[in-house]
Amino acid sequence: MTYMPSRRRGELGKIFNDGEVIVQQGDVGEQMFVVQAGKVEVVLESKDTQERVSVLESRDFFGEMALFDKELRSATVRALGEARVLTIDKRTLLKRISEDPLLAYNLLRAMSSRVRDLNNQVSAGRNRTP
Amino acid sequence: MSGLGQWTLGARRSIRHLAADPSPDSDATLSDGSRVAVIGGGPAGSFFAYFLLRLAHTIDLDISVDIYEPRHFTHCGPAGCNHCGGIVSESLVQMLATEGINLPPSVVQRGIYSYVLHMDAGSVEIESPVEEQRIAAIYRGNGPRTAVDMPWESFDGYLQQICEKEGAQLVHQLVVGLERNGDFPVVITNEGTTTYDLVAVACGVNSNFHMLLDGSTSEGKPEVSRTFITEFKLGADAILETLGDSMHVFLLDIPRLEFAALIPKGDYVTLAMLGEEIDDDLVRRFLDSPEVRAAFPADSIPAVCACAPVINVKGPERPFGERVVLVGDAGITRLYKDGIGAAYRTGKAAAETAIVHGISTDDFETHYFPTCRAIANDNMFGRLIFFFTIAVRKSKFVRKAVLRMTAGEQRRPKGRHMSGVLWNMFTGSAPYRDVFFNALRPGFLLGLAKSLAAGVRPPQKES
Repeated sequence: MTYMPSRRRGELGKIFNDGEVIVQQGDVGEQMFVVQAGKVEVVLESKDTQERVSVLESRDFFGEMALFDKELRSATVRALGEARVLTIDKRTLLKRISEDPLLAYNLLRAMSSRVRDLNNQVSAGRNRTP
Repeated sequence: MSGLGQWTLGARRSIRHLAADPSPDSDATLSDGSRVAVIGGGPAGSFFAYFLLRLAHTIDLDISVDIYEPRHFTHCGPAGCNHCGGIVSESLVQMLATEGINLPPSVVQRGIYSYVLHMDAGSVEIESPVEEQRIAAIYRGNGPRTAVDMPWESFDGYLQQICEKEGAQLVHQLVVGLERNGDFPVVITNEGTTTYDLVAVACGVNSNFHMLLDGSTSEGKPEVSRTFITEFKLGADAILETLGDSMHVFLLDIPRLEFAALIPKGDYVTLAMLGEEIDDDLVRRFLDSPEVRAAFPADSIPAVCACAPVINVKGPERPFGERVVLVGDAGITRLYKDGIGAAYRTGKAAAETAIVHGISTDDFETHYFPTCRAIANDNMFGRLIFFFTIAVRKSKFVRKAVLRMTAGEQRRPKGRHMSGVLWNMFTGSAPYRDVFFNALRPGFLLGLAKSLAAGVRPPQKES
């Protein structure tokens, strides 16, 4: 029967090795992801530079912007050490949110916390500017 | 009259009407200091308690929750068992992760990656639509009778832990009755009585408490059917060689047998059978069938545990009353599949109703009942689908066509119509309604027609 090394008994989701890309900036996204174990880094890529904007841990999710818009992935996410990640299907989630709108509360809470972090980063950047 | 108005949730020492004169126009709500009891610490009870407390924290509502569960899920065998095949469906794994509940490897006995459908016409493996393990094989209790000192956790025990972290109190007492004191429900145990503002009945359909529900009215008690569950000790390595990370589903033309599945878990394999009057003879016929023998050498493996739990096939008509709500199997569940998913949906819907709207009969009718009705309506599609599987089981010609179509689809990345229908049907991941309408799509019907036609066409000579 099928057995893949990227899966281990009792471990839900898929295992990514250190540095392995889970989401590529600029790709089309249809899914959201939840970190099950380990850490992943969110990196903003430009022509010459890569800037790490955050590190996510177990229970954190990413790729949720794909649920709300049709834009391309806004950042690259890759494993920081070994990481295990579960994919959430957009259609399954939206169907469930239509039955239970409070399910979206978790998403909103996380997104709100990210907006707050972003505000802090912008504010810290301004303060550094002479 | 409230649905529970006709109930007598009795005790051996006192049987009284639960809904004796509830206020007709109650606007009962939970407020600071309110006390809530949950009868039953299985998934439905725990999901209810967990979401109730989490939502209460969100709006700074200070309530207390007691979960009554006499069993300890740290015991293996019947003492800590919850009689269940033990599958957390693909959609539920995703929803729990979205809720912030990640199932740890100590709870997940095995992540299921594919389903293998076995019929006399042959076998076919249906792979997960995504390349990852999103179905969890778990033990609701602490595993089979012989599983002493195993490094795993019970699923029900894990859910209780997350409830305790949210502030729930676990009360290891057997509830022997539920009465009313005015509008307020009173929980009776052998050690005393306690009055609550709200009681959630999550006693399942295999508990003593469920046996106390008066079945004299159609509203009283869920209709049940019997299943057969047994555990084989095979060892993790041998399981990987024989069953792999796949759940094995059998559609065989054996009288009285509806459906059977072998579910690989850590060192054990769970056999779950569904049918009419399952007895030793039927189990033996199943295990002796060539299809099972080819997949699983049951003769050489000792069965360590067996039980014949009942399952809910039709819920009570109105699973709520004034300050009382029934969740999980005691209320309604999905037909044959995804009982834990139904526990999550009903438990959360009841909790949301209680926190956001109120705890009166009207509140539950307006805000909780639609969730129950949606499950009941979906089960009607489920019945139609299981009727179709009977046709598949009875006709070798159709079985061959199903097999041919599925095997052909598995060799290509897209257009997996039959595979999708079978995947969702066996995994219990999608609503039965979706499965039903997917089976009416032109792609599915055309594919099936082609596969049926291939069965009547004489084989072409190879040049």
